[in-house]
Amino acid sequence: MENLELIVPEIFISIAIMFLLILGVFKKNSSILVYNLATISLILLLALIYNLSSISDTSLFNESYKIDKLSNFMKFLMIISGIFVMLTSSKYLQINKLNKIEYPVLVLSSILGMMVMISSNDLIVFYMGLELQSLSLYVLASFNRENLLSTESGLKYFVLSALSSGLLLYGCSLIYGFSETTNFNIILDNSNEIQYGLIFGVVFIIVGLAFKISAVPFHMWAPDVYQGSPTSVTILFAILPKIAALTVFIRFLYVPFINMIDQWQLIIVFLSIASMIFGAVAAIGQTNLKRLVAYSSIGHMGYALAGLATGTNQGIQSSITYMSIYLVMNLAFFSCLFMLRKNDDYYEKIEDLSGLSKNHPLLAFSFLIILFSLAGIPPLAGFFAKFYVFMSVIEESMYFLAVVGLLSTVIAAFYYLRIIKIIYFDPEKHKYETNHSVGLKITLILSTLFIIVYFIYPSGLTEIVSKINVI
Amino acid sequence: MNFPILSSLILLPTLGAIFILFTNSSNKKYQSSKYVALFISLANFLLSLYLWFIFDKSSVEFQFLENREWLSGYINYKVGVDGISILFIILTTFITPICIISVNATIKNKLKDFLIAILIMETFMIGVFCSLDLVVFYLFFEAGLIPMFLIIGIWGGERRVYSAFKFFLYTLLGSVLMLIAIISIYWIAGTTDVEKLYEVGIDAKYQNLLWLAFFSSFAVKTPMWPVHTWLPDAHVEAPTAGSVLLAAILLKMAGYGFIRFSLGLFPLASEYFVPLIFILSLIAIIYTSFVALMQEDMKKLIAYSSVAHMGFVTLGIFTMTQQGIEGSIFQMISHGLISAALFLCVGVIYERHHTRLISEYGGLVSVMPRYAVVFMVFTLGALGLPGTTGFIGEFLILMGTFKKNFIVATIASLGVILAAAYMLWLYKRIIFGEIVNQNLKLMVDLKRFEIVILFSLVLPIILFGFYPEPLMDTIKVSVGNVLEMYNLNINSNIAYNN
Repeated sequence: MENLELIVPEIFISIAIMFLLILGVFKKNSSILVYNLATISLILLLALIYNLSSISDTSLFNESYKIDKLSNFMKFLMIISGIFVMLTSSKYLQINKLNKIEYPVLVLSSILGMMVMISSNDLIVFYMGLELQSLSLYVLASFNRENLLSTESGLKYFVLSALSSGLLLYGCSLIYGFSETTNFNIILDNSNEIQYGLIFGVVFIIVGLAFKISAVPFHMWAPDVYQGSPTSVTILFAILPKIAALTVFIRFLYVPFINMIDQWQLIIVFLSIASMIFGAVAAIGQTNLKRLVAYSSIGHMGYALAGLATGTNQGIQSSITYMSIYLVMNLAFFSCLFMLRKNDDYYEKIEDLSGLSKNHPLLAFSFLIILFSLAGIPPLAGFFAKFYVFMSVIEESMYFLAVVGLLSTVIAAFYYLRIIKIIYFDPEKHKYETNHSVGLKITLILSTLFIIVYFIYPSGLTEIVSKINVI
Repeated sequence: MNFPILSSLILLPTLGAIFILFTNSSNKKYQSSKYVALFISLANFLLSLYLWFIFDKSSVEFQFLENREWLSGYINYKVGVDGISILFIILTTFITPICIISVNATIKNKLKDFLIAILIMETFMIGVFCSLDLVVFYLFFEAGLIPMFLIIGIWGGERRVYSAFKFFLYTLLGSVLMLIAIISIYWIAGTTDVEKLYEVGIDAKYQNLLWLAFFSSFAVKTPMWPVHTWLPDAHVEAPTAGSVLLAAILLKMAGYGFIRFSLGLFPLASEYFVPLIFILSLIAIIYTSFVALMQEDMKKLIAYSSVAHMGFVTLGIFTMTQQGIEGSIFQMISHGLISAALFLCVGVIYERHHTRLISEYGGLVSVMPRYAVVFMVFTLGALGLPGTTGFIGEFLILMGTFKKNFIVATIASLGVILAAAYMLWLYKRIIFGEIVNQNLKLMVDLKRFEIVILFSLVLPIILFGFYPEPLMDTIKVSVGNVLEMYNLNINSNIAYNN
C-alpha cells in the first residue's frame, strides 16, 4: 500500500476543485464566495505542504511520483505566489466582470497540474500534469471572451502550445523506444551508452519545455498572450507555469540524462544566451507594459537557464534562488499595474505612467525599487539573484555565458531606466484612484519591502535552497 | 573597543533619510527636513573627525575592523580603514553638509526627496571607502548609481534625461566586467576578503585579465580618456549639489580603487600596464586641457579640467613611488575641495543670471567684489599656485613621475601651464572686463549661507596648502605599506622567473 499521506496536498486540492465547482453550479451568485473559498483552500494547501517539509525524499507509485526537497520547495513557492495572485486580482476581476465561478476553479486546477509536474518522475505523469495545467491556462487566457485580444491570445496559446506538446510527446516516445521505459530513474540505468534516438528525444523535450518557459527561440507566443490575456491571468502566466516548467527542466535534465550533459549543455547555453540578449533588445521598443514584461521575463528566464546550464548542484540552487526572487519582483510589478486604475479602466501603456511621481509618490517609489531590482542594481534583491547565478556560472569557468549575461543586463537596464524616466522625469498625466483592495496593498508592500531589505539577511533564502540537491 | 563606529558612519545618513521620509512637512516649505538633514550630516562629520582623532597613524594595519557573517559561507560584511581611506571618508562627510546647505538656492521642487537622495548617497560613498571585501565594495560602488541617476534626472537641466542615461549606462557597463572579475577572484583565490587576498596573492597568469576588468570600471569612473565623455554631460545637467558630489567624491572612488585594488591585488599586472596608464593619463592631461580652453559653458570647462586633474592622479598612482602615490591622494582630496568650490561658484552666478555661458558674463568684480575674491582663491587653487592644496598634489606627482620617466613628466608639466591658461582666462572673462549685460548690474553679492559654505572650503584649501602635514602624516604609513607589498610581489616574481 502506498504511503498516501504524502500526496494529501494533491488529494486536498482535487477535492476542493470538485467541491467548488459543484457549489458554484448549485448556488446562485456564488462567484465571490467561490473565489474566497479558493483562496482559503490555497492557504490550507500551503500549510499541508509546509507540513511535509521535514519528510525525507520518497518516491510513490512505482517511483513515478517524487516527494523531495525540490518538489516541496517549488510547490511552496508556487502556492505562495498563487495566493498572492488571488489576493491581487480580486478587484480586477470584479471590475472587468470576469468573476465567474469557473475562474478560481480553473486557477486551482492549473495549480494541481503544476503540482503534478513538479513531483513527476515519469514521462507520462509529467505529461498529464503538463496537459492539465495547459488546458486550464488556454481557457484562462481567453477568459475575457468579449475582448478580441483575449480571444486571440487564448487561441494563439492553444495552437502553439499544442504544437509544442506534440514535439514533446514525440520526444517522449523516442525516449521510450530507446530506453524501454518512461521512468526517470530507470532511463538513467538503461542509457549507459549514448544513442542518437535518446539524444533526439532529449532535444524534443527540451524544445517543448523551452516553449513553456518562453525561452528564445520558442518565445513567439509570450508577448501576444501576455498582452491579450486579462492582467490577472498574465500575472499567473508570468510566475506559476515558469516555476513548474523550471522544476521539470531540472528533474528531467539532471536525473535521467545527467550522463548526457555534454549533449544538452550547449543547447541550454544557447537558449540562455539567446533569451538574455533577445529579451533585453526586444523590450526596448515596447509601449505596452504587459508586453514589456513578456520580453523582460524572456530575458529573466535566460538567467535562470544560465544557472541550469552549469550541470552542478550550485547551478540548480542559483536557478531556484533566481526564480524565488524573480517571482517576488513580478508580483510587485503586477501589483503596481493593478493600481493604475481610473474610472473602472485599467491602464497598461507605458506613457500612462508619465509623471506618476507627482500624484502617487509611494506607488512611484515602489515602481522605482522594482525596476532597479529587475535591472539587477545592488543593493536590491534582483542583484543577488543575478549574483548567485553568475557565481555558479563562473565556478564552472563558463566565462562567455557570464560576459554575455552581464552585458545584456546593461542593455536591459536601458529599458527599465526608460520607465523610470517616464515616471519621474516626465510631466504628469493621469491621477489614478487610490481605493485598492487590502490584499493588493499588502502584496505590494510585502514584496517591495522584501526587495529592499533582502540585502540585510541574504543567507535566509540561500540556506533553505542549499539543502536542495538533485544530483 | 567594540562600538561599530564605521557601521554607524555608514548607517547614520540612511537613518536620517528614513526619518525625513516619515516627517510630514507639507506646509512650512520643507524647512524642517532640511535642518534634520543638515544636523545628521554634521553629526556624521564630527563622528568622522573623532574617528580621525582616535586613528592610529603609525600602524599599517586596517583599523576599526568589523567582520560579520553576511552571505553565509561565501562573503562576510567586512569594513575597516587605513590611512588612505580615512581621508576620503572625511572628505565625504565634509562635502555632504555643504551640499545640503547649498540646496537653499538651487532646488525648487521636491526638496525632501532631494535631501533623502543626498543622504542615501552619503551612505553609499562612505561604504565604498570603508569596505574591505570586494563584493561589499561592489555593492556600495554600484548602489550609488541609483541616487545619482535620480539627482541628475529629476533636478537637472535641459538635457538631463540624456545625461542621466549616459552616466548610468557608461558606469554600469564598466562595472559589470568588474563583477565578473570579482566572482572569478572568489573562485581563483577562495575569498573576496581584501586583507586575505593581500596575503594569498593572485596567480600571475590571471592578473592581466582581472586587472583589465577592474580597469574598465575605474577608467569609466575616474574618468580617463577616451571614456570620459559622460562626465561633461553629467556635470552640465546635474544640479549644483549633484555636480559637487560627482566631482568631489564619486570620481575619487576610482582613484581609491586603483590604489586599493589594482595595485594591491594585481601588482604584476599593474607593472605591466604602466605604459598604458601613462599614455592615457598624458592624453587626458593635454587633450582635455585644450578642450577645456575651447569651452563656452563654465560647468563644461570645469568638468574638462576635472578630467585633466584626474589624469594627474592616475599618473601619480602608477609611478609606484612614495611621492607619486602620496601626491595622488593629496591631489584627490584637493581636487575634491576645489572642484566642489568651483561648481558652487558657478551655481552662485547661475542662480542669479540663469545662464552658464561665459560670454554672458563680464565685469563681475565691480558688482560682486566678495565673490571675485573667493573665486580667485579657487581659480588659483585649481591651477596649482603654491600656497594652495593644488600645488602640493601636482608637485608631488610630478616629482614621482620624474623619478620614473623624464619624458612623461615633462609632457605632464605642460598640463600645469595649460591649467593656468584656461582657469585664468575663465576668471578674466567672467570677473574682469566690461559689464556685457545690464542685468548683471542687478546681481547681488554673496548671501550669508553662500559665504559660509564657500569660506568653509577656502579654509582647508589654504590651510593644507601651507601646512599639509596632518594629511601627509595620515597617509604616509599606509602608502608605504602599499608600496612595500607591491615591491615585494614584483621582486619575488622576478626571482621566481629567474
